[in-house]
Amino acid sequence: MSSPETWTHPEPREGPAATAAAPTAEQVIAGLRATSEGGPELVQLLTPEGERVENPEFDRYVADVTAEDLRNLYRDMVLVRRADREANALQRQGQLGIWVPLLGQEAAQIGAGRAMRPTDMAFPSYREHGIAWTKGIHPKELLGIFRGTDNGSWDSNATRFHPYCIVIGNQVLNAAGYAMGQRFEGKVGDDDGEATMVFFGDGATSQGDVHEGFVWAAVYDAPLVFFCQNNQWAISEPTERQTRLPLYQRARGYGFPGIRVDGNDVLATLAVTRWALDACRHGNGPVLIEAFTYRMDAHTTTDDPTRYRLSDELEAWKLKDPIERLRVNLVRHENADQAFFDSVQADADALAAELRDYCFNMGEPPIEQMFNNVYAEPNPVLDAQRDDFLAYHASFGGEH
Amino acid sequence: MAAPAINKPGTDSAGNTVQSLTLGKALNLGLRAAMEADPKVLMMGEDVGKLGGVFRITDGLQKDFGEHRVLDTPLSESGIIGTAVGLAVRGFRPVCEIQFDGFIFPGFDQIVSQVAKLHARTQGRVKMPLVIRVPFGGGIGAVEHHSESPESYFAHTAGLKVVSCSNAVDAYWMIQQAIQCDDPVLFFEPKRYYHSANMKAEVDTDATPMPLFQSRVLRQGTTATVVAYGPSVKVAMDAATAAQEEGKSLEVIDLRTLSPLDLAPVYDSVRRTGRLVVVSESPSEASLTSEIAAKVQQECFYSLEAPVLRVNGFDVPYPPAKLEEHFLPDLDRVLDAVDRSLAW
Ligand SMILES: Cc1ncc(C[n+]2csc(CCOP(=O)(O)OP(=O)(O)O)c2C)c(N)n1
Repeated sequence: MSSPETWTHPEPREGPAATAAAPTAEQVIAGLRATSEGGPELVQLLTPEGERVENPEFDRYVADVTAEDLRNLYRDMVLVRRADREANALQRQGQLGIWVPLLGQEAAQIGAGRAMRPTDMAFPSYREHGIAWTKGIHPKELLGIFRGTDNGSWDSNATRFHPYCIVIGNQVLNAAGYAMGQRFEGKVGDDDGEATMVFFGDGATSQGDVHEGFVWAAVYDAPLVFFCQNNQWAISEPTERQTRLPLYQRARGYGFPGIRVDGNDVLATLAVTRWALDACRHGNGPVLIEAFTYRMDAHTTTDDPTRYRLSDELEAWKLKDPIERLRVNLVRHENADQAFFDSVQADADALAAELRDYCFNMGEPPIEQMFNNVYAEPNPVLDAQRDDFLAYHASFGGEH
Repeated sequence: MAAPAINKPGTDSAGNTVQSLTLGKALNLGLRAAMEADPKVLMMGEDVGKLGGVFRITDGLQKDFGEHRVLDTPLSESGIIGTAVGLAVRGFRPVCEIQFDGFIFPGFDQIVSQVAKLHARTQGRVKMPLVIRVPFGGGIGAVEHHSESPESYFAHTAGLKVVSCSNAVDAYWMIQQAIQCDDPVLFFEPKRYYHSANMKAEVDTDATPMPLFQSRVLRQGTTATVVAYGPSVKVAMDAATAAQEEGKSLEVIDLRTLSPLDLAPVYDSVRRTGRLVVVSESPSEASLTSEIAAKVQQECFYSLEAPVLRVNGFDVPYPPAKLEEHFLPDLDRVLDAVDRSLAW
């Protein structure tokens, strides 16, 4: 690895690079991270203190958002967080093999998810519990993956929410292809157009498939929003181990717009995603959104973040909690009263109880399930293998 | 759409349309027929449009079907296959061309992680009707990465179907059947025979083809059975002709389907001949030929007069062109294996 002194500066430079002083490693990291304080290009509509800030470009994308809509966004985030915490607890109690926490990313996902229309297709990674929620998928439908009974049981055609993807980044190309199909079918070009959104992390941006996805979507003008949740960490590796340039700036190299939004600000995320989807459905080609956010829990329940990150960092991000800032805003503008917050809390508790109950009663998957649907058409070799095994199993009275 | 520019076909005594075609031209006509039959069929790959592919197999298709159905793609194998997955989810039937066998590996992850698994992962809700065409095998004097036989990697993966054609008639039908198949098909084409004039065959485009996932007995015999696929089929047939002169009668079977393997005709044959030689250009270690040997000894143990013998490429990287004649199974190596079997 090159020494920090030779690292390139994250900001594009004017003039010949050779004459410019090389930045220090600290400067590089500062360039990637200082935006947590806002950063010149971070789109934010709600400050961490819950103050509404004006944004001449993006205000209009949320001009129609009523007090009730705000309450619904709040409710979404609280319920999704509650489901996430419950699932995390279920894993700790041995009910799930593993869980992938969402904590801290609620605004990024609810903002992006609520910007989609039912006709818009979503290709998730594996932490998109909030996007799933906005696509009408009940959190209990996610449990089978983590309990080990299935690989996701929802109808991805009907919900327009593709199965979770565990391999980092390769769903990005699948989404590019799907969006190309939307364009080939003439489903773009006006306000009724369709679009696709693909979700991936900052770590994924180092994968070849993500780069190829940028290339393909660009050259085919695919109506695809690349939604990168930069939660600062890829397991233990910080963003600066993936890039020397703020991620949204990469889009420029592929010839389409890139934008960084405060991913802990549900309103800003909603506005920016609506803008991006709108550009796509009108046939203007892809957009990259970098939602600048933070994973406030472990990568998964098998991870130990105390080995790689400082508690100071976590404490600093807790002050930017996406749910709290909307709550403060709702209270300050008297758009919600205690009865509302109580009812949301009651709904959240009921959801958690439902999830827990469902988890306890999931039962064992039937053995033949693993042989099912491997092929769409009959496969005599596999059929024979299944029949042999089922007969063998039956010979133990089904007890083996 | 302009009328397709195809040779004026002739007609046989039964009134059927017959044309004498090379394997490459048969594939081209098969692809054309599939595109005409279903507007959701797309061709995609590097140089498949204007150039017609480096082997010209997609020649003329972009001219007649347009740039939205025949895509000159970016140079990106994972991209070709990965976007084909999304297009298939959307209801298209993409036919991907990989330029050469040795270049399929950048797309390997997409094939084994997405293409192969999506149907099962979605409980059958999402179908993957895509075809990946791979010109494969050696014998064309090419540089590295242009002569490989990677089919065993894919036969090893559940959820994929793998086939290989060996002649023009099969090429014409099998490519259309692969495109109609609702499962993903890896379609291996013996590139060294694409344009061989002496491999031309009469293709009856009105005929009823045999099913895609069945092997075929090409030549009946009693002394020993020889099984092959793709480019090795011709080698096996030539060996059988030579053996005939020595008074040995070889039964030759073209597997055609590599996954699922249709070994019933092979078992049947081995039970009669008692001897089996399997021929393939791929290295032998942990290959399809290993699988065939294992299954045949399991099914035909009491009929076998000799162990199953394999004639493969060696377990080495594909050698430089000046050495490939030693690497590739040829008629003499097949005959030698038959002799060893008989000497047991
Ligand atoms: C191709 C691949 N390599 C490695 C892994 C193991 N792995 C799972 S998640 C992860 C980190 C991903 O980080 P990022 O893309 O930032 O997403 P995040 O989990 O932070 O949301 C790694 C290395 C994997 N799933 N796939």
